Amino acid sequence: MGTIFHLDIVSAEESLYSGPVEFLVAPAQMGEVGIYPRHTPMLTRIQSGMVRIKAPLKDDELVYVSGGMLEVQPDVVTILADTAVRAADLDEAKAIEAKEAAEEAMKNRESEIDFARAQAELIEATAQLSAIQKLRKRGH
Amino acid sequence: MAGSREVRNKIKSVKNTQKITRAMEMVAASKMRKAQDRMKKARPYGEKIRNVAAHMSLANTEYRHPFLIDRDSVKRVGIIVVTSDKGLCGGLNTNVLRRALKEMKSWEADKEEFEVCCIGNKGLGFMGRVGAKVISQVVALGDTPDMEKLIGAVKVVLDGYTEDRFDRVFIFYNRFINTMKQEPVMEQLLPLTDERIKGDTEAGDGQSGNTAWDYIYEPEAKPVIDDIMVRYVEALIYQAVTENMSSEQSARMVAMKAASDNAGTVIDELTLIYNKSRQAAITKELSEIVAGAAAV
Repeated sequence: MGTIFHLDIVSAEESLYSGPVEFLVAPAQMGEVGIYPRHTPMLTRIQSGMVRIKAPLKDDELVYVSGGMLEVQPDVVTILADTAVRAADLDEAKAIEAKEAAEEAMKNRESEIDFARAQAELIEATAQLSAIQKLRKRGH
Repeated sequence: MAGSREVRNKIKSVKNTQKITRAMEMVAASKMRKAQDRMKKARPYGEKIRNVAAHMSLANTEYRHPFLIDRDSVKRVGIIVVTSDKGLCGGLNTNVLRRALKEMKSWEADKEEFEVCCIGNKGLGFMGRVGAKVISQVVALGDTPDMEKLIGAVKVVLDGYTEDRFDRVFIFYNRFINTMKQEPVMEQLLPLTDERIKGDTEAGDGQSGNTAWDYIYEPEAKPVIDDIMVRYVEALIYQAVTENMSSEQSARMVAMKAASDNAGTVIDELTLIYNKSRQAAITKELSEIVAGAAAV
């Protein structure tokens, strides 16, 4: 206690960072803030930019955050990012996203046609099933 | 042999249907896995923002957000109905809409007015048929719930609450319990209840026990608290949407499995009929030949 605190960076889509931290710098709305352990409770908006994290026994790490909220409690700091993706992954993520979007669009187009057809045929099949059941009750 | 060709055609068509339902079952199964992943990934954010909201409700803030203030008289209600965009997923949408309809009827009986925000195509169509007043809508969300798409429609409802057009806001959606079981639920979104905020947050972290402390706000208390509260409610709605999507995919998978099985029964029945008529025809032919031979 005292030399480290716990940091969580989360966005609605995923958790980006969770672990012990010695020091961090975040782009708050009124300017950059540096936070050491046992900081006074604070709530602030943050702008898009890099959050610099110094974890014990590790080099500085940078996480890109595009806006959000920062809550500081003496031993726990939470960054609620609106959308945040690790800096190194930023370009790759975008590429994957674009590709997935294209694939998704193609898949959806197909499945929509299938849906309409399947729905029509399904209705027919249920009608047939009930007809057969009626038939079976009457005869066989 | 008159009927046998028809029966054979029918068997073929049912087999085609079965192929489609089986394909849809597999598509739903793979989508379900992704939807569940997404649901799990959204959880930390929901937990953290609830922690922050819980800390905030313990702090001595000079400004109390309207979302936290309970209102005595309830005259107007806002509801958010989360449904899927597409059908063929069993009773999923029907269940949640039936639940909503029940509440709507009881509000009507109590002379309370209500307005609806629809997330998903099916709910929108239903509310249109019922004749409810739809104030905002999001459709065609696709397979990934997009916060950006939701924000607009949700804001309409939240603004309605802050502007006193609503006294209560509820959300209806399907809670995902497991692959076989989804449960339609109604939850109160606004005003935020204490139990909801405190929920399962342990009081151990930070200085939550002490009173008489407050945050430093940058730049000011009001806009920051406003932001947090709006984000908190948005996170709750986002979670509801992700749960509903997981429910949709698993319900579809189960429904399509049932449909494939039913198609199998139909095929069996038809095959039996086909074979019977075929055998009858052969027997008839044989006896004719035998009778003919005997006559000679």
